Amino acid sequence: MLNVSNLHVHYGAIHALKGVSFNLEEGEIVALIGSNGAGKSTLLKTISGLLEATEGEVSYQDEIISGQPAQDIVSKGVIHIPEGRKIFPKMTVVENLEMGAFLLRDRRLVAERMEAMFERFPVLRDRKKQLGGTLSGGEQQMLTMARGLMTNPKLMLLDEPSMGLAPVLVEKVFDIIEEINEQGTSILLVEQNAQMALSIADRAYVLETGRITLSGDALDLMENPLVIEAYLGG
Amino acid sequence: MIATKKENFLLKLRGSGTIIRYILGILAGGYLLWRLYRVFIVQSAFGLETWTRLLIAGLVIGSVYALIAIGYTLVYGVLFMINFAHGEVMMLGSFAGFFVLEATRAMEVNGPGGVATSFSNAYPGLAILLAFVAGMSFSALVGFYLEKIAYRPLRKAPRLIPLISAIGASFALQNAALLLFSPQTRTYQNPDILTRGQGWRLMINDSAVILPYTGVFTMVLSIILMVGLILLVKRTRLGKSMRAVAMDKDTAALMGIDVNKTISNTFIISGILAGSAGVMWGLHNGLLHYFVGFLPGIKAFTAAVLGGIGNIPGAMLGGMVLGLLEALGPAALDISFQLKDVIAFVIMIVILIFKPSGLLGEVLSEEKV
Ligand SMILES: Nc1ncnc2c1ncn2[C@@H]1O[C@H](COP(=O)(O)OP(=O)(O)OP(=O)(O)O)[C@@H](O)[C@H]1O
Ligand SMILES: [Mg+2]
Repeated sequence: MLNVSNLHVHYGAIHALKGVSFNLEEGEIVALIGSNGAGKSTLLKTISGLLEATEGEVSYQDEIISGQPAQDIVSKGVIHIPEGRKIFPKMTVVENLEMGAFLLRDRRLVAERMEAMFERFPVLRDRKKQLGGTLSGGEQQMLTMARGLMTNPKLMLLDEPSMGLAPVLVEKVFDIIEEINEQGTSILLVEQNAQMALSIADRAYVLETGRITLSGDALDLMENPLVIEAYLGG
Repeated sequence: MIATKKENFLLKLRGSGTIIRYILGILAGGYLLWRLYRVFIVQSAFGLETWTRLLIAGLVIGSVYALIAIGYTLVYGVLFMINFAHGEVMMLGSFAGFFVLEATRAMEVNGPGGVATSFSNAYPGLAILLAFVAGMSFSALVGFYLEKIAYRPLRKAPRLIPLISAIGASFALQNAALLLFSPQTRTYQNPDILTRGQGWRLMINDSAVILPYTGVFTMVLSIILMVGLILLVKRTRLGKSMRAVAMDKDTAALMGIDVNKTISNTFIISGILAGSAGVMWGLHNGLLHYFVGFLPGIKAFTAAVLGGIGNIPGAMLGGMVLGLLEALGPAALDISFQLKDVIAFVIMIVILIFKPSGLLGEVLSEEKV
C-alpha cells in the first residue's frame, strides 16, 4: 500500500533522512520507533507532503505521491496526525472537527461522522463550543485524533499520539488505534513508547539518525536485545 | 528562534520601561486633559454644529480606513507581513472606477421623456455599480498578481525580505500608475444624484450642517461590506480555510486545504475591499492621482496596528477610531487642522512603542512571530 524507497531529506545542510526504505501493507499497523531526533517526524512529514525529499520516492497504492502537494495526498485518504497537538487554537471543538472534514462536501455525512466522534470521545461532546486552545493537553490529543478520523482515512500516519498523556489515557489511545485498524484503516505509528507501540503493531522499524537499522515482526523486535536495551528500558 | 528573540526584546522593553512609561503617560494624559479643558470649558471655541460636521467627516473617513485596514490585517494573518503596497492597490481600484464613471458620463443615451442625457445620469445606480465592479475587480487582480510576483517567491525568505519587496512593489505600482495615467490630478465624475457636497441639511444651533450623500453612501456600503466579510470568514469554506491557514499553515495543508490558493484568495478579498474603498474615496473626496493611495494606505496600516494587527474586528475598530481622532483631534486640541495627518503618525508610534499588540490584539503566539 505504502512504499518508501531510498528517501533522503535535508533541512538546509542537515541531512535528516539518509536513504530510508520501508513498506506497509494494507491493514497493517507498522510501528516506527527511534530516539529523539532520529528523523521520525521528518519521515511522516515527507510522506504527507509537508516536506520535499531531495532523493528517493514515496508511492501509495502504486502511484508516486512524493512531490505532490499535501492537500492532494490528503484527498487520497492519507491522513497525517502531526505530533504536538496541532489543533486550531482559536476554533471551537466543532469547528476543528469540521476542518478535519474539509474535503467532505456532504454536510449530512459530516454531521454523522461528528456524532460518531462524540461517541468515541465523549469528553469532546462536553466541550463542543469550547475553543481548542483552552482544552487540556489530553483533550487536545483526543481532538487531533478525532479530527484526523473525520474523513475515514485509508492510511493514518500517527506521530506520537501518546505523548504527554496520563497512563489511563495512553491505554485508551492505543485501544482506539487498534479499533480504527480493525475497521480497515492501515496505520503507520511513530512512538516513543516503544513497549506499547510494539504490543499493538504487526511489524516495526527502528530508525536511528536518519537510517533504518532494524526491522521485523513486532513480537520478534520486542525480544531483540538491541531493542530491549535501547528502547524498552532494559 | 527569531521569534523568541523578538519576543524577549519586547518583554524587556516592557519591563525596563515601566516607570518611564508611567511618567510619560501621566505627563501626556495631563497635558491632553489640560488642552481639552481649555478648548471645551475655557474657550468653548466650537459649537455643536462644528462638532457634528467633524463627527460626520470622521465617521466617513474612518469607514474608508477600516476597509483598507482589513486588507492589511488579512494579509498579515496569513503571511505575517505588512503589505506596504496595499495603498497602491486601493489607488488602482480608484482609477478603474474613475474610468468607468468618466465613460458612462460621456455616453449619451435617451433618458426619460426622450431627452438626451448621459448614461451615468440616466442610470446612476447602474453606473455606480459598474464603477464598483470595475474598481473591486481591478484591485483584486492587482492584489492577486502582487502576491504571486512579489511575495510568493519569498515565502521562505527571512521576514524582512518580503517587507522590502512590498515597499518596492509599492513604488513600482505608483510609478506604473504615473506612466499610465500621467501625473495630472483628475476629478471623479459622480452621477448627479451623488454630487459631492450635497446632502441632507441638519439644522443645529441655527446653522446648517450637511450630511453628504456620498458620505452616507460610503458608510452604509462599507458597513455592508464589513458584515459580509465577517460572515464570509466565519461561515464559508473559504473563510474557514483562511482562518486555518492563518493559525497554522502546515496543519491546514494536512486538512486538505490548498494553502497557496487560500493565500491568493486572501489577497483577492483584500483587493476587493481596497478597490471599493478607492471608489468610495473618489466619490467622496473627488481628487485622484497616482499618489492618492499613499496617505490612506499608511493611515489604514496605522488603523490596523491600532486595532491589533491580524484581528479583523480590530482593524474595523481601529479604522473608525483613527478616522474620528483625525477629524476631531485638531479641534479638540486646538491645533491646526493641517496637523491631522500628524495625529495618525503619532498614534502609530505611540502604539508601536507602548502596546504593539493594539487595542484588541492578543500576545502574539510563538508561531506567528
Ligand atoms: N525545521 C527544521 N530545521 C532544521 N532541522 C530540523 C528541522 N526539523 C527537524 N530538524 C532536524 O532533523 C532531525 C530529525 O528531526 P525529527 O523531528 O524528524 O526527529 P524525531 O525523530 O521526530 O524526534 P522526536 O522523537 O524528538 O520527535 C533532527 O536532528 C532535527 O534537529
Ligand atoms: Mg518527532
